[in-house]
Amino acid sequence: MSWLPIADIAAKVQAGALTATEMVEQALKTIEEKKEYNAIIATTAERARERAAHIDEAVKKGEKVGRLAGVPFIAKDNYLVFGADTTAASNMLKGFTAPYQSTVIERLEAEGAICVAKANLDAFAHGGSTENSDFGPTKNPHDKTRVPGGSSGGSAAAVMLDMAPFALGSDTGGSIRQPASFTGSVGFKPTYGLTSRSGVVAMASSTDVMGPLARTVDDAALVFDVLAGPDPLDSTTIARDQDGYADGLDTSLKGKKVGVVKEYMESEGIDPGVKAQIEAAIEKMRTAGAEIMQVSLPSLPLALAVYYIVVPAELSSNLSRHDGQRYEASYKDASSLEESYTKSRGRGFGNEAKRRIMIGTFVLSSGYYDAYYRKAQTVRTKLINEFNEAFQKVDFMVGPTAPSTAFKLGENTSDPLQMYLTDVMTVGASLTGVPAIVIPAGTSQGLPVGLQIMAQQRADRALFGIAKGTEALL
Amino acid sequence: MTDLTRDDVLKLARLARLDLTDEEVEAFKKELSAILEYVAQLDDADVSGLEPTTQVTGLKNVMRKDQVQDYGISPDELLRLAPKTQDGQIKVNRMIA
Repeated sequence: MSWLPIADIAAKVQAGALTATEMVEQALKTIEEKKEYNAIIATTAERARERAAHIDEAVKKGEKVGRLAGVPFIAKDNYLVFGADTTAASNMLKGFTAPYQSTVIERLEAEGAICVAKANLDAFAHGGSTENSDFGPTKNPHDKTRVPGGSSGGSAAAVMLDMAPFALGSDTGGSIRQPASFTGSVGFKPTYGLTSRSGVVAMASSTDVMGPLARTVDDAALVFDVLAGPDPLDSTTIARDQDGYADGLDTSLKGKKVGVVKEYMESEGIDPGVKAQIEAAIEKMRTAGAEIMQVSLPSLPLALAVYYIVVPAELSSNLSRHDGQRYEASYKDASSLEESYTKSRGRGFGNEAKRRIMIGTFVLSSGYYDAYYRKAQTVRTKLINEFNEAFQKVDFMVGPTAPSTAFKLGENTSDPLQMYLTDVMTVGASLTGVPAIVIPAGTSQGLPVGLQIMAQQRADRALFGIAKGTEALL
Repeated sequence: MTDLTRDDVLKLARLARLDLTDEEVEAFKKELSAILEYVAQLDDADVSGLEPTTQVTGLKNVMRKDQVQDYGISPDELLRLAPKTQDGQIKVNRMIA
């Protein structure tokens, strides 16, 4: 059974026409029925039922229960959540119970939403296929022999499998957007700093953002409206748009200047079926009145190289906290502190985390820092300048989300560099901090294709507007 | 310069406090070299006159009051997560021989 729009669920729960308990039971039943996709690591069933009963009780007393009253959701398992372990899909954190919750989880709960489960991901969010999970890969809802994308692959699959009306993902280089494209869901990566990173297992602090995966732009916008805004626990957070992100959006395409990113559309590796779907979507935007023009970001082909220096550098620093002494898996038979560190980390981290920690350690090590890390951060400036120049000419930029549709399980696992290339069209927005949304734009050979729309920093509200207007055309 | 030797990989593993198996060392030697070769395309990028970016939204020196806040978590709850504790502290292996 499919879900009503999120606003309708909340309205009906508030009015007593539906109960939060019914919603939670529907979610848990669907999760159980669709276990074979391995989208879920654990449910938070007990706590979810308690919260639902509490909300239903409050409704009976005539109390206001919030804008997301009784709406079940699924959190990527790198969010600290009560009611189940927080593992980040890694052996390192198996058995870790969060002593506090992520800020965004607290905000959702304050509006009556109910977390029912934790979704699978690439361990520590390192990957583009959810195959790096220490809990096994998630399967694509459209074809069980294919990946759902990653790293928020469990979240995206869960939404498309109707396990909940929405799920939370995190996006460091495309981890919300690429799975949205591969599964046919809507995925939103906000302006850097609009969502708090507090209480989410850190990957790369200068690009990590939290955002929703949902089935419609309206649903994603409503959820984001609850998530967004400054948090004293994350000093990089920025102010909300004073008009919010959900109501009174400008959905008209008339006169909107939309730049088609040349470097994405003409890239060598793009699948012809993906390109055709994106071109068709852009044509529909033109017919609806958008002013379509080509834009060029000459340094964009370098973005992936910048990303695979900057991000490993940051994550090698962030993951240094997992030393086996405080709250993670610990090697028991060490005879020295050094051995306790190296064996706890050697056994707790999976292959990809180790690989990235090693790269990060290399590019930050003395003698290589200037040639790699500093150089990459300087090319990043060049990229930001090019994005800024382009946004002088256009309101939005569009292109594909990934060069291909969902690939086969196992297809890219033997070559890490090949796997990294799946991020090639998403890392630009991450490095520059601009918001980007992915909406379904039909299929190629039966597999979903996602249109990516980017806007200037802090233009998240306008981005939801054009995404909603475009969604109606596709 | 990006072809890493076995010793290079072992040195990085030591810096990163990672105990690697022999197979991992061999695999990383090849894989890290390939990745470093890929990112070496930045060598040719002209960045004259540009400064590195570390913070994308332009925030600087975000300050807060230096005062205790109660988040409702007790030290005991946090200590319960640790592998070994003693007298309200986390216990680690001996550091000084």
